[in-house]
Amino acid sequence: MSKKITIEPVTRVEGHGKVTIHLDDNNQVAQSRLHIVEFRGFERFVQGRPYWEAPVLVQRLCGICPVSHHLAAAKALDVIVGAGTGDGLTPTGEKMRRLMHYGQMFQSHVLHFFHLASPDLLFGVDGDPALRNVIGVAIKHKELAVQAVMMRKFGQEIIKATAGKKVHGTGAIPGGINKHLTQEEKDHFLNGPDPMNIDKMIDWSLGALEFFKGYHAQNKDLIDNFASFPSSHVSLVRKDGAMDLYHGVLRGVDSNGKKILNDVDYQDYLQYIDEEVKSWSYMKFPYLRSIGKKDGWYRVGPLARMNTCDFIPSPLAQKEFEIFKAYTNGKPNGMSMHQHWARLIEILHSAEMMKELLNDPDLMSGELTVKGTKGREGVGLLEAPRGTLFHHYRINDDDQIEMANLIVSTTNNNTPMNTAVNLAAKQFMNGQSEITEGMMNAVEVAIRAYDPCLSCATHALGKMPLEAIILDSNGKELDRKLKNG
Amino acid sequence: MDKKILFFGYGNPGRQDDALGIRFIERMQTWIEEKDYKNISFDSNYQLNIEDADTISGYDVVYFVDASMEQLEGFTVTEVEHSNAQVEFTMHAISPGVVLSLCKQIYYKVPQTYLIHIKGFEWELEFNKGLTDKGEKNLQDALKFMQEKLPEIL
Repeated sequence: MSKKITIEPVTRVEGHGKVTIHLDDNNQVAQSRLHIVEFRGFERFVQGRPYWEAPVLVQRLCGICPVSHHLAAAKALDVIVGAGTGDGLTPTGEKMRRLMHYGQMFQSHVLHFFHLASPDLLFGVDGDPALRNVIGVAIKHKELAVQAVMMRKFGQEIIKATAGKKVHGTGAIPGGINKHLTQEEKDHFLNGPDPMNIDKMIDWSLGALEFFKGYHAQNKDLIDNFASFPSSHVSLVRKDGAMDLYHGVLRGVDSNGKKILNDVDYQDYLQYIDEEVKSWSYMKFPYLRSIGKKDGWYRVGPLARMNTCDFIPSPLAQKEFEIFKAYTNGKPNGMSMHQHWARLIEILHSAEMMKELLNDPDLMSGELTVKGTKGREGVGLLEAPRGTLFHHYRINDDDQIEMANLIVSTTNNNTPMNTAVNLAAKQFMNGQSEITEGMMNAVEVAIRAYDPCLSCATHALGKMPLEAIILDSNGKELDRKLKNG
Repeated sequence: MDKKILFFGYGNPGRQDDALGIRFIERMQTWIEEKDYKNISFDSNYQLNIEDADTISGYDVVYFVDASMEQLEGFTVTEVEHSNAQVEFTMHAISPGVVLSLCKQIYYKVPQTYLIHIKGFEWELEFNKGLTDKGEKNLQDALKFMQEKLPEIL
């Protein structure tokens, strides 16, 4: 008698994800799937709106990564207003946007590592769920909890200073930015009272990396083998091959490190990337056209960026990058749990970049915007915390948006997340007749490594119940478990 | 000594009645400034998160304000109790109870904390559509209630 287990989180409005794990007659995992019921109507909603509204409107998409959508939309509209394809802004315009972006990257990665990932590491994948949470971290490892709170706060303040406000920021506009950084803001971030200054943020970023590396040394099996699989990787890189989270060319490498997307202009992304629809998920499955639907899928995000770039252009992060690369002898790294390691290196890089920018006089004076010959169509890409984010708009004669296409980071990681879920399920559920909370969490850990952003825009009270249902081959329910009701 | 009070609204203002918490903050702030009350601060965001433990640690009384899908009669004001968070799949937001618990664990402070829950009705991505009429009425009722109650709190 075969069984189907469903792990189903329920959210308020936008949709939800669920995991179904099909067991065969011998309780071996036959197949696992991550289904995303994703809200896909946004492209339709923006049709007919004046194009200049897009950078603010797109923030309705998500309450977690609004800054990424804000900046990707602004980059696409830069092209439409004739301000170039990402590198044609004034120094002030580009640097203020970069500061905003590094602030977003910093606070988002910090939240993920300390709030979502570290409880699994500190208390174990199958640890006591009553303790395996951010409060447990605060009780047992107070210094980590304090760092998480203050690092998040620092990143949020950077966003507020550059975007203008915390909710629906307006900083990035087509062709540039709408404000400078003030002397007071600059002094606050550079020389604020301990711990709220950039030097402390860099110290703590280094400390978090040391914590992870120490943990890794003692838990190699989990970190190296859990949901590990080879894959291709895609991200933006700077034209000289450096990591660049804000702008660059699209590069893809296969699992051996061979370039499969050779530093192409992302304005032409449709020549290289397509999306497949599958009947069992609302979320599409992107793939590289040159390789095809079956094998053309790829990973995006922190791990992918470590695999695609040649170096990191900030000294402390570069040192850590070299250690990271040496671990796999320079070969692409396919270990899902190394996403956390890569994420921590990016936290450090973001902090270093914020310091460099805060010391740059261009942020406090200079032209804010640039305009050129208006066009009809533009594509904006950036490396969001979760991976490459695509915004594509076309406008009509009345300056209204007539077409919008978004490929969000989580969509790019659709096949990799499914692969990780399948591996985790096989590792933890094969041969088991009863599904424990620890087993369910193992599947969640595999998904969490990719930090997917499924439905953040509206919220209940942080509730996201998970339901596990076991069905036999006739659809009869054999067991049901509810978590976090 | 006068109490320090914080009103903190959260929600996505682009999603119809999910804006109730943030609209409450905007209107309450305008009213407070007209009345010239002191020691009252305001904040808002898309959702609550771990850094808000630091924010509330500097206050004696905290009112979180949020829209609600629950079956309420207009609005409710309830005291927030400590809550242990579970790591909830991929959820990036936390509840008022978790914010309070984190504040207690990290800062050893426990501000008197309440949640103003205002019932909402529509949550869609509809441009040119703000609060629903019923949501607007519940918001006005909640504002009136808190404005009348404020002298007791101060």
